[in-house]
Amino acid sequence: MKAEKQAVQLFALAKRFGKVEALQEMTLSVGEGELFGFIGADGAGKTTLLRILATLLLPGGGRAEVLGLDVVASYRDIRRRIGYMPGRFSLYQDLTVEENLRFFATIFGTTIAENYDLIRDIYIQLEPFKERRAGKLSGGMKQKLALCCALVHRPELLLLDEPTTGVDAVSRAEFWQMLGRLKEQGITTLVSTPYMDEAALCDRIAFMQEGRLLAVETPDAITTLFRKPLFAIRARQTWPLITWLRSTPDAHSVYAFGRAVHYTDNRLSASRDELLLSLQRQGFTDVEVQQIKPGIEDTFMALMEPERGERHG
Amino acid sequence: MRTILFILQKEFLQIFRNRGMLPIIFVLPFIQLVILSYAATFDVSQVPFHLQDRDRSVTSRRFAEKFTASGYFNLTGTSSSDLQSQSELVRRNADLVLVIPVGFERDLVTTGHAQVQLMINAEDGFSAGVVQTYASEIVTAFNRGELKRLIPGGEVTAAGEISMVPSSWYNPELKYTHYMVPGIIVILVTLIGLFLSGMNVVREREIGTIDQINVTPIKRYQFITGKLLPLWIIGIGELSVGLVIARLLFHVPMLGSYALVYLVAGIYLLVVLGMGLLISTVTETQQQAMFIAWFFMVIFTLLSGLFTSIESMPEWAQRMTMLNPVRHFVDIMRRVMLKGSGIAEIASPLLILTAFAALMLALAVNRYRKVSE
Repeated sequence: MKAEKQAVQLFALAKRFGKVEALQEMTLSVGEGELFGFIGADGAGKTTLLRILATLLLPGGGRAEVLGLDVVASYRDIRRRIGYMPGRFSLYQDLTVEENLRFFATIFGTTIAENYDLIRDIYIQLEPFKERRAGKLSGGMKQKLALCCALVHRPELLLLDEPTTGVDAVSRAEFWQMLGRLKEQGITTLVSTPYMDEAALCDRIAFMQEGRLLAVETPDAITTLFRKPLFAIRARQTWPLITWLRSTPDAHSVYAFGRAVHYTDNRLSASRDELLLSLQRQGFTDVEVQQIKPGIEDTFMALMEPERGERHG
Repeated sequence: MRTILFILQKEFLQIFRNRGMLPIIFVLPFIQLVILSYAATFDVSQVPFHLQDRDRSVTSRRFAEKFTASGYFNLTGTSSSDLQSQSELVRRNADLVLVIPVGFERDLVTTGHAQVQLMINAEDGFSAGVVQTYASEIVTAFNRGELKRLIPGGEVTAAGEISMVPSSWYNPELKYTHYMVPGIIVILVTLIGLFLSGMNVVREREIGTIDQINVTPIKRYQFITGKLLPLWIIGIGELSVGLVIARLLFHVPMLGSYALVYLVAGIYLLVVLGMGLLISTVTETQQQAMFIAWFFMVIFTLLSGLFTSIESMPEWAQRMTMLNPVRHFVDIMRRVMLKGSGIAEIASPLLILTAFAALMLALAVNRYRKVSE
């Protein structure tokens, strides 16, 4: 059944901090060479999971294997073979770009030159600033340097904890291009992100909420989990539109999406024309209604829904 | 081994790049050494002195002159009433009031005995003791010289008198600085060692770099050696500069061997750095580490025998000082520098320090974890 080898395997992995269950019996496999994304809001358990895989945190229950090695028993071997980039910038701000990179290369017993081909694409962009202290770099540059430092010993697995949070759009795009190139080199990457547009760039994604996996699929397949017809509605005034839609008995979900409102109806029979008519009858002007294909974000919101229902009564 | 070298290199780079820390490490301690050594003296001089001479005789005037001429006391006023002289004490115009009662001369001449009253401000018990000693020296001298001259027929006891000639060993000139400087050097070395190591690991935790370090295959002993060795070297450097200042500026003698001082300092620094590291591993922020380090620093300093002698502490406190590494190093420094003690004479405090060093390092290494629960 398992033709390809698994880079990461979780067996009912659990972790709690006091009363908070950060991870609830999570089971998952990530194949070698995959670019795998964890999508979830803050507090979903993404950081906890990545820290356990990086051997920085002990599992509370269950097991986890990284590159076929147990994260508790074989942490020493794992550390040699993975690269980890914490969510917070964690390089020495008072050392220069080059000094940071050289330091991390040497404590892994290697040199920058030895693995230069792997980091070249990224390092070229950093090179003009190599004498600059890491603390004085821009947000995007900092992340590129952190990625270089995590790659400098040619790890087989990369664990990236929200690498693009707080980074400008251009740098984010560049960063993901690099991840694509690393995939070509055969490096498995586990990356967490709160951005849905980045999810589409992964081979597979996992939706996480409150320490649980809501769904694990490819970005294309995951939207098929969204079963109700979805409408994008525009009107001259968006806010009254949302308020009114939410007040109707048949409304299932109503979310603002840019300048449009994404709407699903409780009735599977709901149609575009019917909606348009009732909106116009309510006195909304410039109304446009379109049935659209659900995106990743729509799916995520929809999957989160039952949870919300429980919590907010 | 190579790994340790690279950590060392990184630590030194960071220390020398930190423009704010450099003067704190390399300049402030010596300013402190110089100022403290000059300022914090036990000598009492120019004590404000108030005279209440009710006798107003030739003898009483002569007696009072002994006080003013001694150089210790500085006459700030005279009065004839108790009330006034007491108010001088309260207002701190005088720390010593000499009251010579009516009939002082007559009593001396007729009976050979007379009484005077000394009122000493004893808010500061130590200074009061010194003032009293000075005063009784003057009275004794007066008894010996003047009294005999005054009453020719008085008893002559010179033949049978026991006279005491004090001789101070190891610090013949009773120089305060000779006693203090070695101790202050110890305090400075401790201060720098404890605070730098206390801040170090917790700083990496605060800025998050500890995570990046912990995922590397670096071993615990490598990391800790790489962290502590630079601080150890700085500590030894501080000691050296302190010793140079002691020699050149304060002319503190060095009767023992420098090699012995460095041997002890090397072990002592392990105690201090181990303790700092321990503080660093059990705290979350530099601020917490700072307060804990400061707490211990104050206790260590006050119970070190540097400013107050350990022999005058209550029994339980004396026993507590045995647990104080600062006490042992101050003790050793004074003994080696002023008395020329060799390794055999300081063996027991040195053994205690060695045991402390082993204990502290073991605890610190044990507490430092690369994985969290």
